[in-house]
Amino acid sequence: MADLSINLAGIKSPNPFWLASAPPTNTGYQVQRAFEAGWGGAVWKTLGDPIINTSSRFAAVNFNGQRVAGFNNIELITDRPLDVNLKEIYETKKRFPNHAVVASLMVEPKQEKWHEIVKRVEDVGVDGLELNFGCPHGMAERGMGAASGQQPDLVEAQTYWVKEVAKTPVIVKLTPNITDITVTARHAVKGGADAISLINTINSLAGVDIHTWNTVPHIGGKGAHGGYCGPAVKPIALNMVAECARHPEVTVPISGIGGISTWQDVVEFMLMGSTAIQVCTAAMHHGFRIVEEMIDGLNNYLDEKGLASVTELTGKSVSKYSNWGDLNLNYKVVARINEENCINCNKCHIACEDTSHQCIDMLTNADGKAILKVREEDCVGCNLCSIVCPAEGAIDMVEIDSGLPPMTWNERQQVVGGLSGAYSKAEVV
Amino acid sequence: MEHASKLTAFSPDLFMRNFAEAEPGLTRKGAVEESNRCLYCYDAPCIKACPTGINIPSFIKRIATDNLRGAAHTIMESNPVGASCSRVCPTEELCEGACVLNDASEPIQIGLLQRYATDWAMNSGAELFKAGAPNGKKVAVIGGGPAGLSAARELAREGFSVVIYEAREQAGGLDTHGIVSFRLPQSVSLWEVEQVEKLGVDIRTGMKVGTDVTLDELKAEYDAIVLAAGMGYVPELGIPGEELDGVYDAIKLVESTKTGVSNIQLMGQRVAIIGAGNTAIDAATCSVRLGAANVKMVYRRTREEMTAYDFEYEFAKQEGVEFNWLTLPKRIVGDELGKVTGLECVTMKLTGEAGSDGRLKPVPVEGSEFIMPVEAVVLAIGQKRHTGLIEHLGLAHEWGVVKIDEATHQTSDPQIYAAGDIVFGFGKGEAMVVSAAQQGKIAAQAIVKELLPQQSGVVGSAV
Repeated sequence: MADLSINLAGIKSPNPFWLASAPPTNTGYQVQRAFEAGWGGAVWKTLGDPIINTSSRFAAVNFNGQRVAGFNNIELITDRPLDVNLKEIYETKKRFPNHAVVASLMVEPKQEKWHEIVKRVEDVGVDGLELNFGCPHGMAERGMGAASGQQPDLVEAQTYWVKEVAKTPVIVKLTPNITDITVTARHAVKGGADAISLINTINSLAGVDIHTWNTVPHIGGKGAHGGYCGPAVKPIALNMVAECARHPEVTVPISGIGGISTWQDVVEFMLMGSTAIQVCTAAMHHGFRIVEEMIDGLNNYLDEKGLASVTELTGKSVSKYSNWGDLNLNYKVVARINEENCINCNKCHIACEDTSHQCIDMLTNADGKAILKVREEDCVGCNLCSIVCPAEGAIDMVEIDSGLPPMTWNERQQVVGGLSGAYSKAEVV
Repeated sequence: MEHASKLTAFSPDLFMRNFAEAEPGLTRKGAVEESNRCLYCYDAPCIKACPTGINIPSFIKRIATDNLRGAAHTIMESNPVGASCSRVCPTEELCEGACVLNDASEPIQIGLLQRYATDWAMNSGAELFKAGAPNGKKVAVIGGGPAGLSAARELAREGFSVVIYEAREQAGGLDTHGIVSFRLPQSVSLWEVEQVEKLGVDIRTGMKVGTDVTLDELKAEYDAIVLAAGMGYVPELGIPGEELDGVYDAIKLVESTKTGVSNIQLMGQRVAIIGAGNTAIDAATCSVRLGAANVKMVYRRTREEMTAYDFEYEFAKQEGVEFNWLTLPKRIVGDELGKVTGLECVTMKLTGEAGSDGRLKPVPVEGSEFIMPVEAVVLAIGQKRHTGLIEHLGLAHEWGVVKIDEATHQTSDPQIYAAGDIVFGFGKGEAMVVSAAQQGKIAAQAIVKELLPQQSGVVGSAV
């Protein structure tokens, strides 16, 4: 069995599975239950001045009969006095000395406020601090959470104030509700952050009730935007993690967050640069026991790949994530349909015919059997047919030799520019 | 199921329990899960496998997206008896048999989904169709079974004034009278009848053509006539003893259970069913649920030649029905009071020689006669043809099977079209409810084309 233990900027944990700062980490009772179930760490639900929550505060987005494809909440930070939380953190840390207990913090953007809370939580023995610059609702209206996380200078300043007094590692949690997350990531690093965690939730409205015309959720007939998470946000989170990971000025380790539900998701986030990961929605959907399946799956995967430590995964795919302008334009794949695995649902045909390049024909073979065939010369290798195909092994995307040497857009522009003398390297969207 | 102890009366409660619909419908959650499993194939094979061509992926997607009105409309649009068909269609041989998921995992339960959507329509009272603007033309439909209802519904939607002449007290034909209630409750068929009536179709029950209304009257009053009289009861087998007390017609047996406690007493009796088609199976399972002590199917051929569907055969076996293959009934034996006491049979063997229908010919094994002790014998060897009616109408026919133009279902009398079981025979297709419904549609379309050439011309030019 591989070694699952990790070390995120000095915070040690028996495995990379942490519960994110959220409803599952509201109390000592919950965090201790989570550690018993197998979670390696927990980021305590954000401490600050206790707030008042609304009744009715979560909503989910279902997809084709599957529940919780996405999850939306308008819950705020802790609703319990700081003293109570600190006492429970102390007790939890005492019972689980080898697990990571990180305190999430949110106060007004004032130096003395940060100094005060950092000292108080460090006194009870936390392993690290996570600065909540991401919460998109409720707190932002009071100048905290995402409101400060959307201003790079505020991110930098507040991180700096924390670092002035912090003795434990400081993680800055970033909001995705921003044009370029690497900007705030860089400012967190400039402010002295030891690590960054991302993403917090994305501004969202889960839905509108088509019968009552109320928002989902609604509070007595009114709604407000919430924060979106769960499996649906994973690709957005993964991109932001990867963009930070490959940015030369984001030099600190990453705690990856966003829609992680399975061990495969964990592997993907680690390959794209995460040292550890955080989970919330999957636990809210299934309970803490879901971590058992994640640990087991990750263990078997690492064994199968012959990896002795989970840390070997971190960042292995980052170099493969690039700019569009650096992709080889002469690389070519085409779709090939394997008749023996095809079930003739014709979904590839209609997808290609209506929405791509009209290169899959519905034919009848010599035995009178209906078959589907790709006209490879017209196929642009878009993958759509293989995406919609429900039959395993029925469509392969096959690499074919284009007969041309590799050539990226940027290289091509350089050549063209060399001729005209007007080349400037530009990111091409 | 429950049996009352021997010789006690069959209480209405017990009867209702035994004859209540056997297969539960889908729950809402079940329907959502199953409908979401459908791949929504393009040019889907299930559509082609449905004789009425229901757009199955479309109605299933509508269930998945909580549009049950749309789902029911899609089904009933193509098949005016779609609620009955969801229960009685041999789906394994049709839509579900064609589902692309058969080898990949499990076929979609199309029949159950169709039932879910049509049950919604039945329970909600939704009005799915409207009569067309009156076009001044009149059509008479002889027979209010699936084919007749289907033709009438299509014609009414085109604005025809339609009258159905139904010999029975209730329309619906076999769906109303001849299919066991635990497969198809009568209320389903009567709902379909009601849908047709709501379009203004005048259903005149208890009206026999040739007796209560003459051919001349019909021909004078109507622009076209659709003959959809189906088939009759079970013919005589031609063996001694068929007149004995305790010999029943399978269709009448089923019919006796459709509206309440049957007047046929089989409680505690040993019953022999002669035949091995779907009606024979219905008679057998019906006998079991009427409290018969033992039910044996008697068939002169083997399992391979029997015409009942596999799922019917499986259902009968689960009900405890026994199968006596290669057994030919010779004589029904009775006592001095004229009551059945046994069925004399002879054992058969297959010669290996195929008959004109392609099935292996069975021949008797000499000296193998034996008497099967039974108190009741049910005949289920097919159905009589309405040859008298067909000849009254003066239509060309072959052994009671009306001759038609395959494309238009027009008979030898250009004013008369025919659809359903009355044109079924000689191995041409299967006498399924769904086929009858489609034939009714075809006849109606042909009448539209014939009587409203302008209108069909418009449709034609749009293609």
